[in-house]
Amino acid sequence: MTTSTVLAAAGAVSGGEAVTFWILAPLALAGAIGMIAARNAVHSALWLVLTMLSLGVFYVLQAGPFIGMVQIIVYTGAIMMLFLFVLMLVGRDASDSLIEVLRGQRIAAIGLGIGFAALLGSGVYRATEGSAPVGLEQANAAGNVQGIAQLLFTDYVFAFELTAALLITATIGGMVLAHVERRKEDKRDQIATMKARFAPGNYPGPKPGPGVFATSSSVATPARLPDGRLSDRSTPEILPVRELTAEETTLKGTEK
Amino acid sequence: MNPLAQAPSLTDFGHDPWWLILGKIVFAFLVALLGTLLGVWFERRVVGFMQVRPGPNQLGPFGLLQTLADGLKMAFKEDILPKAADKVIYFFAPAISVICAVTALSVIPFGPMVSIFGHQTPLQVTDVPVAVLVVLALSSLAVYGIVLAGWASGSTYPLLGGLRSTAQLISYEVALGLSIVAVFMLAGTMSTSEIVAAQGNGVTLSLFGLDLDGPGWYAVLLFPSFVVFFISIVGETNRPPFDLPEAESELVAGFMTEYSSLKFALIMLSEYVAMVTMSAFTVTLFLGGWYAPWPISIWSGANSGWWPLLWFFGKVILLVFVFVWLRGTLPRLRYDQLMRLGWKVLIPISLVWIVALAWLRTVDGWETQSRLYAIGIPAGILLLAAVFWPSRKPKPQPTLAEQVENRPQGSFPLPPLDLQVPPSPRTRRMVAEREPANVPAGQDSEEV
Repeated sequence: MTTSTVLAAAGAVSGGEAVTFWILAPLALAGAIGMIAARNAVHSALWLVLTMLSLGVFYVLQAGPFIGMVQIIVYTGAIMMLFLFVLMLVGRDASDSLIEVLRGQRIAAIGLGIGFAALLGSGVYRATEGSAPVGLEQANAAGNVQGIAQLLFTDYVFAFELTAALLITATIGGMVLAHVERRKEDKRDQIATMKARFAPGNYPGPKPGPGVFATSSSVATPARLPDGRLSDRSTPEILPVRELTAEETTLKGTEK
Repeated sequence: MNPLAQAPSLTDFGHDPWWLILGKIVFAFLVALLGTLLGVWFERRVVGFMQVRPGPNQLGPFGLLQTLADGLKMAFKEDILPKAADKVIYFFAPAISVICAVTALSVIPFGPMVSIFGHQTPLQVTDVPVAVLVVLALSSLAVYGIVLAGWASGSTYPLLGGLRSTAQLISYEVALGLSIVAVFMLAGTMSTSEIVAAQGNGVTLSLFGLDLDGPGWYAVLLFPSFVVFFISIVGETNRPPFDLPEAESELVAGFMTEYSSLKFALIMLSEYVAMVTMSAFTVTLFLGGWYAPWPISIWSGANSGWWPLLWFFGKVILLVFVFVWLRGTLPRLRYDQLMRLGWKVLIPISLVWIVALAWLRTVDGWETQSRLYAIGIPAGILLLAAVFWPSRKPKPQPTLAEQVENRPQGSFPLPPLDLQVPPSPRTRRMVAEREPANVPAGQDSEEV
């Protein structure tokens, strides 16, 4: 029906498909290896994005344009983005430590990984060797998207809804864990805040800025009151009010 | 000639010679570049007009060349690479944004089938059965450009801007996707050219025995979806009032703080191309694509040949104007307001509307009488509920005297409520000083 279906015509591998495959397959592999080898967690995530993008294009090549695009939107667009989000919050300098905790685990992991890949690859290769794919035209007869929708909402509707229920449960669970319930009395609107500000015992004016009459721009430098005492209102609450040493008050510079 | 024969379908794609494909790609790319060049100028002029000042008007006719000059200036500036930057990612991030924004134009139908050097070909680079999803995928990848630019800069403001934009874009993408679902349901396809073709035939409404030709535009038929979609794309393109990733009053310039020279130019380019692309996408999905709007569509030749290019770009410019208008009118939202709008307003509205639309579609096949019952009874219940919905009882407001009574001990002193402000003593003195002047001048002159 469309060019993508023609590309994956039963049996034969067309020129365009072969070229695309041989360009993207090494890239996908490089992404997988790079993900393991990269020291920086964000770099690892980006290598994985490369692999996922290549997989998306492979799906399109195999006459599954819908699943290919969904792979890109859901996996690269949403899930990896959330991974990146967390990694960025962890901090840019958080690299893996290179100290081996278990002796020889690295070599064992490499050996076992290669062995597993060989086993899986040869198994799949032997199983599909020489057999020609059939039924692609029939499956895509009414269009790829329509075909998937037909199956998803008839034969697999129960599995589909079960997955949805599972995901919703997970989401609600996450929200319950993260949500902090505040009592209605604890919520202060603007009027209440202003009333508290001007209530007796509270000084309504702005706090004195840190570092007034000081030699340093540090936030830890307290302001001095007119009588020479240090004001504890000028520094953050977690900092004790004290005279800073000369070393502390020198400029830090912006370079690392 | 039947105008519908001009509308290409999926089978019309993939038969072009290589030079025609190359030409179409270059055309789409030029649309992106010219869109940026003119878009920046257009925005500055329109915002200038709204703020009662001329805007750029010195370089070229009407200041048209100002953007070109700015671009050249930017290219010759020093390219700064921060010491703490992650060099490779810092370099690639703007490129990702630009590539994603420009590529999305390749599935936008600019016009119907035309004849180019004897080849019948649609005015669209390519189309696939999932073309709308291609645009969605590209816009979700474009987030990487912003996030990585923020992270790779290695300083705080860009990182915060990047994090903000991640959360914002992911949230608004959900609303965007949900609002497009309604279009899929009516059009029955995800290919852009077929969605445009589906909007070509107007709906026939029969009111009191009269057959009226209504417009086929989904902006009219699916008005709630259109509103949600447009709000979402404003969020998706980081345009005001949703330009929080680069809120200059809080984050300097957000994710692009550390960028300079050509890399900064690329970020600017991607932003304006995204605006043009998303406008074109809106026109395709909701505003009838390249079909002529009503008064012009009476002319039978309006939807054939090269004319539709004019209607298409006219609609795109109109939408870009709306983008600029929003920028000139609305103040920037606070971050929690933005998130609340996305998750608590846009997404629920979309979900309810999709379910309602699905139900309306099933009702479509029923007899007229049962259809009337099916729509009329729920509508009536809703109306009654809206009318008789108990309104919240207003709290009794304490009187001024009561409020004064209830003030805690030691409060700031208040003047008495029945205070009579005495006339200022100074005023009296001035009057007293003026009194001698009231003495007739005649006596003085007599004395002299």
